[in-house]
Amino acid sequence: MAVPAPFSLSSDSFASKPSTTTIFGCAALKKGNFEQTHFRSCTAFRRNQGFTLKASMGPPGFTDKLNNNKLKTLADTEDGCDIFNDLKDRFLSFKKNKYLKNIDQYENLAKVQTPKFMVIACADSRVCPSNILGFQPGEAFMIRNIANLVPTFESGPSETNAALEFAVNTLLVENILVIGHSCCGGIRALMSMEDDDVERSFIKSWVIGGKNARIKAKAAGSNLSFDEQCTHCEKESINHSLLNLLTYPWIEEKVANKELSIHGGYYNFVDCSFEKWTLDYRETKLEENGRITAKNKIFWC
Amino acid sequence: MAKQSSELAIAELKKLLREKEELNAGAAEKIEEVVAVLNKCPPTYDPAFQRIILGFTDFKINNFDKNPDLYYQLANGQSPQYLVIACSDSRVSPSVILNFQPGEAFMVRNIANMVPPFNQIRHSGIGAAIEYAITALKVQNILVVAHSRCGGIERLMSHPEDGSAPFDFIDDWVKIGLPAKLKVLKEYEGYDFKEQCRFCEKESVNNSLVNLRTYPYVESGVRNKSIELLGGYYDFVKGEFSLWKHESYITEPITIPLPTHHHSNLAL
Repeated sequence: MAVPAPFSLSSDSFASKPSTTTIFGCAALKKGNFEQTHFRSCTAFRRNQGFTLKASMGPPGFTDKLNNNKLKTLADTEDGCDIFNDLKDRFLSFKKNKYLKNIDQYENLAKVQTPKFMVIACADSRVCPSNILGFQPGEAFMIRNIANLVPTFESGPSETNAALEFAVNTLLVENILVIGHSCCGGIRALMSMEDDDVERSFIKSWVIGGKNARIKAKAAGSNLSFDEQCTHCEKESINHSLLNLLTYPWIEEKVANKELSIHGGYYNFVDCSFEKWTLDYRETKLEENGRITAKNKIFWC
Repeated sequence: MAKQSSELAIAELKKLLREKEELNAGAAEKIEEVVAVLNKCPPTYDPAFQRIILGFTDFKINNFDKNPDLYYQLANGQSPQYLVIACSDSRVSPSVILNFQPGEAFMVRNIANMVPPFNQIRHSGIGAAIEYAITALKVQNILVVAHSRCGGIERLMSHPEDGSAPFDFIDDWVKIGLPAKLKVLKEYEGYDFKEQCRFCEKESVNNSLVNLRTYPYVESGVRNKSIELLGGYYDFVKGEFSLWKHESYITEPITIPLPTHHHSNLAL
């Protein structure tokens, strides 16, 4: 019961050899003609989807019940149909244009991943590193959270720490890249909140992790507008995250041994520019005011 | 070494130039500019650096500059249709496998695409993303995508029974999926370990979908049908994608004793 056996965008239609199973079980779809009218594929799709969708969540004993209620289910999924079709088309396009065209590469990747980059980027829908830097499957292990913040080692377990540990100690990535961006809602929240205001929301209790960056941004930009201060904080907070990376003993050790490089990046989606810099470990350690020293700066627009 | 990678980048750009016949003259000029910049790169530029220059340049020329209206609009605000929670694994980026373009999906990526139950003290990171996506951006679809051969799920299934040393942070994170593990161990007792992992990858999505409903704004959205909860599974071995929906409904009354039933339907 536990396993959802939902509709599957199977390889049937594109695979070179005839398939022995089909999850759709529907002639129209089996032939791989997904370009039929919206209405037809929608109906066929729904018919098959009926029980499996629900079966995925019900307790034992529920499945049989639901099978007897397929018609009811059809009506229920009416709204979901567009979404399902949307995602189906998206996946089939990937499969046709990328997966099947590079099948050898995907077969190798299925065995093991050896990404050179660990990327920490914002959850914002406009800044996916796969889009803006064109990372292909296998290239970048990726964390996305609000405002691309890296908590310190001391702050205790979190999903970001867990991913760092896996990327650095198991996958042995050679580069960690923290990417910030323009008009970041998380940084705005950080800049406009009070420190004692954290109980009320997840957002505030998360972004408060960047408060040192806010202090610096406010100090540096007392004569700037709020928007300009936010921009300043967006960049300052990246540097702050780079410093926080060095609080992990297994990261600092590798950086000191030059097995791992730490980079900052800033994507401005208003004018489409990208800045990138690399943390200069030795010089940063010499600084005593908690600032980073950067090298290899570029600005690209 | 650095020089070589710079040459490599130039070769790739030139290849791009040849392949994309539809590239207009302006874009070709841009590429020439990039080549000029790369030629001037100091020798300290490493391959990682070159990779980023190349990737961003390609995006700018072939995507940003070609869709000025879209990017002008996006610079003023985002209103994504999806909140996607996917694994950090380098092989499963939803932007690639589901072709999400900028503006379409607010995205969280973590180890094993897990959503913990509502807990403001322990899990503010993912909590902040869910809260922002639902309360500020009003996304209508939450999609949790798992995948085949997930290292996080394998760790969940094997530790601590295998006697391996604990990790600093990973074990603490993946144990969010413990209910899924227990369910799989019970229902698929005797199955091969790898098979159990496959089952757990999918069951863990259901666990996350259930956990999503402990967030008050998600729960109320599901109840008034303004939010759809979707589960997805990308099998990169077979090149397949499965999709299902988490439904909320009141069950019809059952009569006890229950009729006997079989699991045959689920062998699909």
